Amino acid sequence: MSTASSRHLWTALAAGSALALSLGLTACGHKAAPAPPAPIAPSASTGAAPTVTLQADPTAVESGGSSKLTWSSTNAVRVELNVTPVNLNGTQPVSPTESTDYQIVARSSDGQTANAAVRITVTAAPTPTPTVAPTSNDLGTFGDSVRDAFFDYDKSDIRPDAEPALQADAQFFKSHPDAKVLIEGHCDDRGSAEYNLALGDRRAQAVKNYLVSQGVDASRIQTVSVGKEKPFCTEDTDDCRQQNRRGHFTPGN
Amino acid sequence: MKMRRNLLCLVSLGVALAAPLVAQDQTTITITGTAKYRLAVPDFTPGGGVPADVQTVFNQVLWNDLYQSAVVTMVGRSLYTAPPIASERDVNNPAVRTAWSGAPLSIQRLAFGSIQLGSGGLLVDGYLYDVTQPAGSGRLLGRRYADPATPAGARAIAHQLANDIIAALGFGPGIATSQIAFISNRSGSQEVWTMDYDGSNQQQRTHLHAIAYSPCISPDGTKLAFMSEAGGGEAQIRLISLLTNKPLPFPRFRGITESPAWSPDGKRLAFASKMNGADMAIYTSNVDGTGLRRLTNPHSYDDLSPAWNPKPPAGSSGQIAFVSGRIGQPQIYIMNADGSNQQRLPLGGYAVSPSWAPNGLSLAFAWVRTGGGENSGAFDVYVWYFGEQKYVQLTHNGDRNDFPSWAPDNRHLVFQSGPPYHTQLFSVAVDGTVPAQLTSAGNNEMPNWSWH
Repeated sequence: MSTASSRHLWTALAAGSALALSLGLTACGHKAAPAPPAPIAPSASTGAAPTVTLQADPTAVESGGSSKLTWSSTNAVRVELNVTPVNLNGTQPVSPTESTDYQIVARSSDGQTANAAVRITVTAAPTPTPTVAPTSNDLGTFGDSVRDAFFDYDKSDIRPDAEPALQADAQFFKSHPDAKVLIEGHCDDRGSAEYNLALGDRRAQAVKNYLVSQGVDASRIQTVSVGKEKPFCTEDTDDCRQQNRRGHFTPGN
Repeated sequence: MKMRRNLLCLVSLGVALAAPLVAQDQTTITITGTAKYRLAVPDFTPGGGVPADVQTVFNQVLWNDLYQSAVVTMVGRSLYTAPPIASERDVNNPAVRTAWSGAPLSIQRLAFGSIQLGSGGLLVDGYLYDVTQPAGSGRLLGRRYADPATPAGARAIAHQLANDIIAALGFGPGIATSQIAFISNRSGSQEVWTMDYDGSNQQQRTHLHAIAYSPCISPDGTKLAFMSEAGGGEAQIRLISLLTNKPLPFPRFRGITESPAWSPDGKRLAFASKMNGADMAIYTSNVDGTGLRRLTNPHSYDDLSPAWNPKPPAGSSGQIAFVSGRIGQPQIYIMNADGSNQQRLPLGGYAVSPSWAPNGLSLAFAWVRTGGGENSGAFDVYVWYFGEQKYVQLTHNGDRNDFPSWAPDNRHLVFQSGPPYHTQLFSVAVDGTVPAQLTSAGNNEMPNWSWH
């Protein structure tokens, strides 16, 4: 803190108990109330009608794979994706475990709505096929071929829906015997930092143990816990927090 | 600097805590339930040649220190209708004393003095009088202070004088010369920083460019332990000297190792490590890592975040609070310093980040009180009182209020508050008065208040 800002602190504090009092009175769980929304006219829509589009890329994924939803709206004041409020325009990664319909609704200030939907089809993970080029050290396909494992809140057990991805990952590492891997254990933002660092370590170790159980040499696998310090997503949504509870693969050395 | 409007709704502890707590030899909170002295502090009388900025810093720092102490009612300078007090002769003039002590000012304690240049730099004569006594009596403090005639020197003198005044009023030790260590990412990576208790003099102490947690100042103030993922990525304990900022020797253990805490005598560290298996256990060691001793034996859960009791009960070999996931979500436990007699505080929910008050009578912690299972992650700071076996909630705003740490006076806490990845550090008296935002640049977290 610079000296200048310290002086501002003193100035604020010299105001004394009046400041403390105002702090105390404005809090108590009641955030400053926003201006009430304009009443929605029950009829006689006169404003411009909203529009909304929703796309998925790709529209078909293997189980455990990820796709990206992209939407844009016009004349809307509120947009909901599967009834969760989202930005008026945006993107969101999704990893459906079964074929899923995504619905988006845009609402204008005078109550008009527009809808769009897209379906992401989930296919079964392919049966691993033995690769016959085991000497390849080309990791150019690392990011495309290796998929992360996701975890439940405060848990480090490998979920059934993570197993197909990890089995494919194990196959990849067995077919690239020179490849080394660093598994990062990630946590969402809830919970104490110190506790989450230990939890992230448990997740990374769980992923490592699974790969070893599938025949990958443990000496090729490093782990590190990053706790909640390197989030993939920082929105305050369940989907975002799920994105951050994972064992993430990066090339090792 | 901006105060967050919704930061705090601090509970008034009120009469309940004015009652003495059982056991031990001190009461924990002396500032509630009794009237505070009405204290006047006129600007100190300047001698010739004292730079204006030096005078300004001195008078502002002294005022702020006394205000932040939360043990006096500061009567504002704009109300001073009585004759000025330039010297002890003035305060012992019966008419002048009555003008201060009588209505409408009704001053009970008066701090005053002079600030001048001497051969060695800045000279400050500071006095404190009980002006309810007759003229010619009531002197509680009279002392001369010297330091370089710079703003930094003026600040140092003001802090020392403030502590002396707080002690002379009967509320020592003060916190005006104390320090707070914390983690900040303002330089682009998580590093250890320190600052004065009032947020001034913020200094970067490490340049390791890696995830860093849990800075912890040694009882003598010369060393700092923390967790860093520098040099290999795995979490390990590191020590630095606060005198030189240079690293001090401490071994790397196998498996992640974190959350260091100093024993009250400064000879041992407690920390959590997976050095013996897949679970985090609590260990203690000497400051150089020798004399390793394992205190807990977790199975498929983690024990971590130890905090030593600075003043354990008489006859005790020491006490350590820690966090354990043994019943599911993390809870706070207390054990003896040899690992025996592990007892859970009756809390429930998700309870972490224990910090023991210097007098050993209470423990601050962070808590998601309601519900088990998945929750919003909104922590609040609470204090557990061992005597009454009850807790008091200090924050109420639904943000991440975490990592409370006690000040050496048993009256203040520092903690982090804010939405995820946007937390700042705040200090507050435990009766809810004098909240102050201490940081504003970057994300600042995990504050640790020095022992003195």
